[in-house]
Amino acid sequence: MYFARLCCCVCTSLLLVGLAHKNFTRMCCASVPLGLHSVEGVWPLPQSITSSPERYPLNPQAFYFTYGSQSAAQEGCSVLDEAFKRYFSLIFPDYSSGRFYSEVKFLKCKNEVRFKVLLNLNVVVVQSDYTLSVSAGQASLKAETVWGALRGDYSICKIYLKSTDFPRFQFRGILLDTSRHYLPVQAILKTLDAMAFSKFNVFHWHIVDDPSFPYQSRTFPDLSAKGAFHPMTHIYTQSDVGRVISFARMRGIRVLPEFDSPGHTQSWGKGQSDLLTPCYSGSSPSGTFGPVNPILPSTYKFMATLFKEVSSVFPDSYIHLGGDEVNFSCWKSNPDVRAFMLKMGFGADFTKLEAYYMENIVNITVALNRTSIVWQDVFDYHERIPKDTVLHIWKGLPASYAAELSAITKAGYRVLLAAPWYINHISYGQDWRNYYTVQPLNFSGTEEQKKLVIGGEVCMWGEYVDATNLTPRLWPRASAAAERLWSDEKQTSDVDKAFPRLQDFRCELLRRGIQAEPLFVGHCKHEYQGV
Amino acid sequence: MSVVTSGRYTFPSYNLVFFIFLQLGLHSVEGVWPLPQSITSSPERYPLNPQAFYFTYGSQSAAQEGCSVLDEAFKRYFSLIFPDYSSGYGFLRFSVDKPFTVQVSVGRDDCDSYPDEDSSEQYTLSVSAGQASLKAETVWGALRGLETFSQLVYQEDFGSYYVNKTEIKDFPRFQFRGILLDTSRHYLPVQAILKTLDAMAFSKFNVFHWHIVDDPSFPYQSRTFPDLSAKGAFHPMTHIYTQSDVGRVISFARMRGIRVLPEFDSPGHTQSWGKGKNSVKLPTSSQSDLLTPCYSGSSPSGTFGPVNPILPSTYKFMATLFKEVSSVFPDSYIHLGGDEVNFSCWKSNPDVRAFMLKMGFGADFTKLEAYYMENIVNITVALNRTSIVWQDVFDYHERIPKDTVLHIWKGLPASYAAELSAITKAGYRVLLAAPWYINHISYGQDWRNYYTVQPLNFSGTEEQKKLVIGGEVCMWGEYVDATNLTPRLWPRASAAAERLWSDEKQTSDVDKAFPRLQDFRCELLRRGIQAEPLFVGHCKHEYQGV
Repeated sequence: MYFARLCCCVCTSLLLVGLAHKNFTRMCCASVPLGLHSVEGVWPLPQSITSSPERYPLNPQAFYFTYGSQSAAQEGCSVLDEAFKRYFSLIFPDYSSGRFYSEVKFLKCKNEVRFKVLLNLNVVVVQSDYTLSVSAGQASLKAETVWGALRGDYSICKIYLKSTDFPRFQFRGILLDTSRHYLPVQAILKTLDAMAFSKFNVFHWHIVDDPSFPYQSRTFPDLSAKGAFHPMTHIYTQSDVGRVISFARMRGIRVLPEFDSPGHTQSWGKGQSDLLTPCYSGSSPSGTFGPVNPILPSTYKFMATLFKEVSSVFPDSYIHLGGDEVNFSCWKSNPDVRAFMLKMGFGADFTKLEAYYMENIVNITVALNRTSIVWQDVFDYHERIPKDTVLHIWKGLPASYAAELSAITKAGYRVLLAAPWYINHISYGQDWRNYYTVQPLNFSGTEEQKKLVIGGEVCMWGEYVDATNLTPRLWPRASAAAERLWSDEKQTSDVDKAFPRLQDFRCELLRRGIQAEPLFVGHCKHEYQGV
Repeated sequence: MSVVTSGRYTFPSYNLVFFIFLQLGLHSVEGVWPLPQSITSSPERYPLNPQAFYFTYGSQSAAQEGCSVLDEAFKRYFSLIFPDYSSGYGFLRFSVDKPFTVQVSVGRDDCDSYPDEDSSEQYTLSVSAGQASLKAETVWGALRGLETFSQLVYQEDFGSYYVNKTEIKDFPRFQFRGILLDTSRHYLPVQAILKTLDAMAFSKFNVFHWHIVDDPSFPYQSRTFPDLSAKGAFHPMTHIYTQSDVGRVISFARMRGIRVLPEFDSPGHTQSWGKGKNSVKLPTSSQSDLLTPCYSGSSPSGTFGPVNPILPSTYKFMATLFKEVSSVFPDSYIHLGGDEVNFSCWKSNPDVRAFMLKMGFGADFTKLEAYYMENIVNITVALNRTSIVWQDVFDYHERIPKDTVLHIWKGLPASYAAELSAITKAGYRVLLAAPWYINHISYGQDWRNYYTVQPLNFSGTEEQKKLVIGGEVCMWGEYVDATNLTPRLWPRASAAAERLWSDEKQTSDVDKAFPRLQDFRCELLRRGIQAEPLFVGHCKHEYQGV
């Protein structure tokens, strides 16, 4: 019994890579169904994959990642050097613990000649998103960019003879909300790690909002000193932010910062006087404040300075400007705002005032050579937005977001879909099925319109979420959306076929230390050990 | 997305006057969860220095040093009261020379016993200058008092600890305050169970209902029938509870004044039992035919239904198994299940139908079920154990021993109130679980529903009300394992804990409870329990276990 158990553990790690040695398997793991580790073991499913039953044993002591001689990137490439190191441990999870391989020696399993076969992963950076082919003693991974190579790395954990892969959508994001609850940096890094396992490539950092302002600004330190939940323990320093960006980059993940205005800015007001609109009760100020004050030049001066800082801190070419859920009642109550409305000829239409504000903010980011993303509200109420602005759909049920997709793309704007993936909303049972069966392009529109859908985003709003429940609420539910955004829709239209694959993938997440919750009754060989 | 500014702990100021004012406001008498029955406190407060803080036994106490339960509790609560102490920072710049002593006295030396259904948990706690006096009838009551004391102590931003002058007289409203964990639908590592027991003690829960086996798996490693787990567990080596594991859980629970109530549910919910029984190759083995073979027409279909109630071997097996269970689990209660029996397999089986005729049951399969349950209950009666069964047994059967406890799990408030009425009218004791199926989740503050339950709001006499022995929070395992157990359980279960411990009139306002529960949840985080947030906001010490 002792013998069988140890051997099976060895086989587990090998089966992870889909390459357990035949004889070894027969000897020790006869009861493990080979069918489990089929080509479908990769999540999200590659666009094209063919495999044969022929398989190759991997010996961690003779397993190497190398750069192809034609590769444009060679040793010293930070992204791939780090990835090689990371993936070695992911592929051979038992190796560093040392116990199983020394036991293998003890059991003389290592005498098996073919168990020692060297697998040499050649990484060649050439064309197409990435192609991966595995043959005796060698796997070849070719990608156009190091980012494509990273995606291939994730696939190589389950190796097949030939695979050509590329994402269906260019933008596959996850939003974390660090204002309603503060998330320790470690929780963000852990999420980035798990995102890479599902091939997500954008971390949308909804970093500030009404409840708190944890971003420590270089130019306006009072914003976090007065607007954070705590000025020392509940903030993101410049070094924290840099760490997140660098950690994300290593995993091929963009960091998209959101500084939402003019609404959702209560916490900004604590550290920046005169920024928010004073609300009035009758003819005198009530002492409360509303959205950002759109009538003062000082507001735009402040915003220009802030966004200049943001664009120097966050390297991504996109900046999210928010623009959602602006409550007009405070603006309406304020006599100065009303006077400004008259002067500008806006009449009583406060959406015009909002449009005026958003135009100014978008122009600031345009001047910084950044692309703006804004929530759909900006499209719903305004006319003039620069054509390269991306609209972010968050409202409604399938019928309504399909209509919105149709309308926005018809107007020629690019669009990002978040509405069906508000993953902070929970219910009892397998709601991942809803996330899986979304059809992002199922709206009325031309082929050209469909091309304007740049991708989708899973949103984890923070009303009821912090570091205690973030991970089990996010994984593996977000992985369902990941396959929808990466894989071919026709090949992945059957949610029941996806179920056992997602169960296996969730066990793999556990194996990698991600506290991913179960999909249904059952077990994983390696249960979560972090209790 | 709603606009909320929280800031319960945001003291940006180092202004001492301002600071003290806030501290007194925050650390009011209401800082204890669940709320004690009677509590008075004054703004007078005493600094505590961990280097001069002691737990001692009162000279009149029946328990003295060497009492395992209290010696261990003193050690545990010291760390809970002074979480920074072992880490070593925060005390160097501050010293209080006056010692503070918590003197604990109990009326009985029950240090080596187990908590049971009639164990007293009442205590009185009096905090004054330099000392606190904690008096209880039993060590279990003393444990509850220590928990309360630990929640009275608070730390200010500069690191020093204080406790206010306080008088408390406290006792539980209900004697049975349980949490069910389901280790069959998902295996829970022992560590996850122990962590739950720890958190249970913080909310003064006192029964761990261990739904240890069910259809999907049989993780209990039986001494007498090792095949049950060898063939019925998810994995025969890694996904089982050995005798030593079970012993560890029981001992860990005892130290916290928590009973361990085992459930071996039958005749339904037993598919995994059949793997260790029906698959035994030896045809002579009387253990190989525990489950009823289902028929398709005139031949066996190859599938199995509930336990086979017509064979003497079944009862022999059950008697042996429950004899083992009663020797392993010291509690005086055993949960026998008895819920959700599907009759279709019994109906399909010609031998079962013949037995029905012979027994004069006609076509009423509830009579067959009653026959089975009677036999099983009699087995536990013979073992001197009280049976708990799910309400189904009452709904369909007539003859059950009067000291059986019925466990209500079905329905909405209207229907469980009617059931409470009916069962207590028939003179049975009853345990309420229906409103606290906490595995069910929804978006938002559903803890409010758990809090506003009124367990005695049913039509019945005073005598009937007394038959409600308590309530239970159920965490069924379809979608729950060690990855999400803790955040799904806490602090939502704590809402039920206050309902079951505290006076209902004093705790009828859910909005008043909200900030108290938020504070308590922060305290759970501070103690390393991965308790999820109730709403927007923050805790001084966020969860660090990521």
